[in-house]
Amino acid sequence: MPTRDRATGVDTTTGSRPEREIGVRSTVSKRLLGRGLLQGWELRSTVVYISFIVLFLVFAVALRHDGFLTQTNLFNVVLQAGTIAIMSCVYVLVLSAGEIDLSIGAIVPLSALVTASVLQSHGFVVGSLAGVGTGLAVGGATAFLVTVVGIPSFLVTLAMMAIVTGLARSINHLQTISVSNNTFVTYFGSGKIAGVSTLFLWMVLVAVACTVAFHFARLGAHVRATGDNQGVAAAVGIRVRRVRALVLILSAVAAALAGMLYAGRIQSASYTLGETDLLTVIAAVIIGGTSLFGGRGTVPGALVGSLLLAMLNNGLILAGLNVQQQSIALGVLIIVAVILGRDRQLSR
Amino acid sequence: MSTSVETAAALDVRGIGKNFGGVVALQEVDLQVRDGEIVAIVGDNGAGKSTLMKIIAGAQLPSRGQLLVDGTPVHFDRPSDSRAHGIEVVYQDLALAESQEVFMNMFLGRELVRTPFALLQKRRMRRETTAILDELDVHVPSSRSIVRNLSGGQRQGVAIGRAVHWARRLVLMDEPTAALGVQETAKVEQTITRLRQRGLAVLLVSHNLDQVFRLSDRIYVLRRGQMAGHLMTKECRPDDVVAMITGSR
Repeated sequence: MPTRDRATGVDTTTGSRPEREIGVRSTVSKRLLGRGLLQGWELRSTVVYISFIVLFLVFAVALRHDGFLTQTNLFNVVLQAGTIAIMSCVYVLVLSAGEIDLSIGAIVPLSALVTASVLQSHGFVVGSLAGVGTGLAVGGATAFLVTVVGIPSFLVTLAMMAIVTGLARSINHLQTISVSNNTFVTYFGSGKIAGVSTLFLWMVLVAVACTVAFHFARLGAHVRATGDNQGVAAAVGIRVRRVRALVLILSAVAAALAGMLYAGRIQSASYTLGETDLLTVIAAVIIGGTSLFGGRGTVPGALVGSLLLAMLNNGLILAGLNVQQQSIALGVLIIVAVILGRDRQLSR
Repeated sequence: MSTSVETAAALDVRGIGKNFGGVVALQEVDLQVRDGEIVAIVGDNGAGKSTLMKIIAGAQLPSRGQLLVDGTPVHFDRPSDSRAHGIEVVYQDLALAESQEVFMNMFLGRELVRTPFALLQKRRMRRETTAILDELDVHVPSSRSIVRNLSGGQRQGVAIGRAVHWARRLVLMDEPTAALGVQETAKVEQTITRLRQRGLAVLLVSHNLDQVFRLSDRIYVLRRGQMAGHLMTKECRPDDVVAMITGSR
C-alpha cells in the first residue's frame, strides 16, 4: 500500500486521478487504511513495521527453543508494552504539536503513590480520581507555564520533572505502598473483563482514541499545523495556545494513567516506577516515524514502536543478555531506525 | 456582464487614514475595486501600501475613514473579521504549513468536518482542492503532496488557490511573486489573470511595474501616505506611473 502513496506523490502525470479511484466505495478497513493512515504517512513511518516483522521473525527462529513463540510469552510482551504504548500514543500529539514533555517519567511514580495512598484511605472512586487528578494538576501547571507565562515546554517540563520527582519521593518517605483494593486492581491492570486483560483494554482504548483524534479528527490537523508553523496556524485562526495546552495536559494525564496501571499490575507503588520510561517513550515514538521537530506524526507507528521495544527487551532477556547489553541494543536500534527512516524520506 | 455604475464596488475604501502616534502613515485614501477587476496599488517604500493592506486585511485598525464591502459598511477588528466578509490575503511569504498536505493547507483552520468528534472530511476536501487547482491551472503532483516538496511557484499557486476558494468578494495580493523566479512568476501571473475571468475582485500590491502593466486594469499610486494618482492601465505608460511614484511630475 505505501507504494501507492509513493506513486501518487511522485508521478506528476497521473495528477489526482488515483485519489478518485480510492474514492470509489470500499470496505471499512480499506477506508481506514487508504484515507486516514497512509495519507498522513511519510515513508519513514513504514520502517517501524518492517523492523517489527523482521525482529519478530528473527526471534521466532533464533529463540524457538527458548519459549519466545509461546502464547504466554507473546501476551506478556503485549502487556509489558501496555503502559509505554499508552504514553507513546499521546506523546505523538505532544511532539507533533512542536512541544516536548520531559516530566512523564516522573509523573508515573507520583500518580502511582498518590493513588495507592488515597485508595487506602478513601477507596476506589476517590483513589482513581486522585490518580487522574495528579496528571491534570501537573499537566495543568505545565500548560499554564508554557502557554500563559510563555516558557518553552522543554524548560518547564525539565523543572516539573525535578519537582514531581521530589514530591514522589517525599510521599511515604521512599517506602513502597501496597495496593490491595480489589476493584482498583481489577480495573487497572491486573484483572480481566470478558476474559481480556484490563491493561490491554486500556492500551487499545487509548490507541484508538489517539488514532481517531490525531489522524481522523480536526484536532489532529490543528495539532500538526501548530507544530509545523505556529505563526501560520495562528494566522488561519487555529487556537494555538489551546492546542499546546491540551497536548501537554493529555500527556501528563496519560503518564498518570500509566502510573495507576503500574500500581494495579504489581499491586504496589514505589518511587522507582517509570524511571526509564521517558526515554523508552521517546524512542518508541521516534522509531514509529514521528518527527522530533513537530508537524508530522503517526499514532499506529508509536504503538508498534512500543511493541517493538517490548519485544526486543523480551527477546534479549530470553537470549540471555543482561541489562547493560539490552541497553546497548536499544541504542543501536534507535540509531538504525532513525537512519533508515531518514534515507527513505530523502529518497522520495 | 457590464457592470453598471450603480452597482456597489466589491471593496470601497473611503477616506481611510492611519496615524502612528504623531506620524501620519496614511492620509484620507479612497479606492474602489469591482468584481472581475484587477486593481494595482503601487508606491515607493514607506508610501503607505502595507498600512493600507493591513487595514483591509483586518490586521490593523484605521484611525479614520470607512470600509464598505458590497456597499455595506464593515468594521474589521482582526483578520478573521476580514475573512468573514469574503476577503482573503495572499502573502509573499506564502503562509503555508510546509509539512502538511496540499489539501490540508487549502482548508487549514477551516477544515470540513462532520459530527461526531469533528471528523475530517478528507475525501471532500481533496476533491474540492483538486477542482480549484485544476480550474486555476495550478499543477501539483497530488492534493496529498506535502507542500515542502513543491516548487515555489506551485506553493504560491496553492496559496492563491486557497485564497480563491475562500474569497467570496476580494483577493488581496501582497507582492505575490516577490519570492519567485522568472518562470514561476509567469505561471503565477497566469493564475492571477484567471481570477479576473472568475469574476473576483483582485487588489494587487507590487513593486514590479512590468507586472502591474501586464495584469492590472487600473492603478492607484500612493506617495507619502496620499493617493497621488489613479490611472487606467491602458491609457498610461510606465513613465507616467514612475513620475507619480517619485513625485517628479
